[in-house]
Amino acid sequence: MPGLAMLGSLVHPLFAQGDPLFDNGVGWFVWVVVVIKVLVAFAVLLVSVLLMIWFERKVISDMQSRIGPNRAGPWGLLQTMADGIKLFFKEDLLPDRADSVVFKLAPYLSLVPALLIFTVVPVGGVITISGHTFELQVADPPIGILLVLAMSAIAVYGVMLAGWSSGSKYPLLGSVRASAQMISYEAAMGMSVVTVVLIAGTLSTRGIIEAQSHTFFTSWNLIRTGVVPFVLFLIAITAELQRPPFDLAEADTELVGGFHTEYASIRFALFFLAEFMNTITMSAIVVTLFFGGPDGPIPHIPSATIWMPIIWFLAKVMVFLFIYVWFRAALPRLRYDQLMTIGWKYLIPLSLAWLLIVAGFLVDGWWGGGIAVAAVALSTLLVRAFSIGKERDSESSNVPVLGSRVAPPGLHALGTSSAVPPEDERSGHDEGKS
Amino acid sequence: MTAAIVLAAVQTSRATIPDVITFAVAAAVILVGALGVVTSANPVHSALSLVLTLFGVAVLFIEQDAQFLAVVQVIVYAGAIVVLFLFVIMYLGVDRRENIEAEPLRGQRPLAFVLVAIALVGILAMLAAAHWVTGAHAVAGSTTAGGKSNVYLLGKAVFTTYLFAFEATAALLVVAIVGAVMLARRPTNELEDEELESAAGDDESGSGADAGGLPRHGDSDGVDDVPSDAAANAPAHGEARS
Repeated sequence: MPGLAMLGSLVHPLFAQGDPLFDNGVGWFVWVVVVIKVLVAFAVLLVSVLLMIWFERKVISDMQSRIGPNRAGPWGLLQTMADGIKLFFKEDLLPDRADSVVFKLAPYLSLVPALLIFTVVPVGGVITISGHTFELQVADPPIGILLVLAMSAIAVYGVMLAGWSSGSKYPLLGSVRASAQMISYEAAMGMSVVTVVLIAGTLSTRGIIEAQSHTFFTSWNLIRTGVVPFVLFLIAITAELQRPPFDLAEADTELVGGFHTEYASIRFALFFLAEFMNTITMSAIVVTLFFGGPDGPIPHIPSATIWMPIIWFLAKVMVFLFIYVWFRAALPRLRYDQLMTIGWKYLIPLSLAWLLIVAGFLVDGWWGGGIAVAAVALSTLLVRAFSIGKERDSESSNVPVLGSRVAPPGLHALGTSSAVPPEDERSGHDEGKS
Repeated sequence: MTAAIVLAAVQTSRATIPDVITFAVAAAVILVGALGVVTSANPVHSALSLVLTLFGVAVLFIEQDAQFLAVVQVIVYAGAIVVLFLFVIMYLGVDRRENIEAEPLRGQRPLAFVLVAIALVGILAMLAAAHWVTGAHAVAGSTTAGGKSNVYLLGKAVFTTYLFAFEATAALLVVAIVGAVMLARRPTNELEDEELESAAGDDESGSGADAGGLPRHGDSDGVDDVPSDAAANAPAHGEARS
């Protein structure tokens, strides 16, 4: 249990690494604290999801000049609760052609990684209760930040299997899109994380926030890694979360509802829960990696060292939650080929180059500068090569470009008016298929 | 008998009771997963059982203080490779129940039994000779020697002692990727020819939705063919997606 390992790390910094199973035994006090931490983290996450859904609906209504939920409870605060209860009591549907085991398993494969990611997020400083010191985070394993990457890799399964096991075509298309998207952006996300790890010199999330806590703002990784990894990471996790503008997986206008089209009742609620929980935990991860986590000025008031870091942490997370809602209101959905172009042709090379530059500057200025110059020269060369290749392609052939609808060459010869079959023929085709 | 082996191992090695319990549970998970891989009729279920096995192995890595290996196991194998398997299964539409009775290679069944018997004898012989399979901590030097973390030691080993092997592996992977791209990528001229020749039946790409209202590729002799062509193709298409 990682929680135990973390507590051991306080007794001795390396205790956790040498004895993950606590063969030498733990006291009952440690057990109680671990159980309390797990329960509190679980409850806080669930309540914050309720509030997040309300917050998103309210803010987006405001941005669209609507009122939003305003009936259940004060300012509509209980609306999410009402929706949840309604979903809980709805009939649970199992599609006829679904693979029942996988269909039932998929929602949990989405939800559990979302919960586990939050365990490594440091929400506050260190407190002492009757001689025992505790970090305000559920677990602090030595491989901390890699757990985030591992869990976001596992989250792909929830989406992928949900779509496949539904036994229907729109969910399958949605899930293929979603999993391709998540895999494509994982590389850029991982590379930005590695940049942070290089600067901090540790994989532990506690270690990463401690490395940023010298002075307010200027010692944060946002500045120390040179802003670019933060931007890349934010884009990558937005795609990873399938939040707008990267919500192609559930593009309502094209795919009905994407991978969860066939889901109803509590299983649908679990997907919904996982999605919003992921938004919250990923915002917390951004804050941890780039904004010093709970770091911030603490006023000289008794006990402020305990609650002030928590307030700083919550305030920073709130900013990112608002930014996500803002994205949704402001940005149109990307086309699929645009999504892949951004991921593979821009984010991955840029994050790789930036990682090398940061590594170079960690050695000394000359290395860093040299690598930067080499990266710029190489990318200029590549861009030129691509543009030459593109010109040659457009001269010699009309290979279908991904995402464009190219009519067969024969139809071009007959004139554009006959390129599309008349309406009644197309509808006949649809009937034949169904 | 198993219990006796476990107890003997506890007494003779550095393993403790939590170690042995963890090992037993993880080993059971691994075995269930491994059996699932070979006995499932549905390829997707096999792939999922493989994930279960990989998780069990990751737990054993943690139990051996190799946290980095454990998490990399989950990221790389469970998160990337099996996802790739599933992609292939879904795209190629082989996600149907297989006929297990079919035998592509003659004599493979007896051969399999012989090989399994040899492997089993080998494992049992090792079990009888050594006690290092029951959760005792690292046998070939500690994973956390000298108070350094596992990540530190692993990084140091990979980038100093085993640097050449590490770089050679990286080069090998790059060569493999470039080779795969070269093999998968057909010359553009050939692509065009094929597009002209092939009839509308070429629809394995798996995207059932975009086949709906579009003119079919390759109807070079005119639009008159479209309705009949579509009607002929429709049932086959429906089957492919089942």
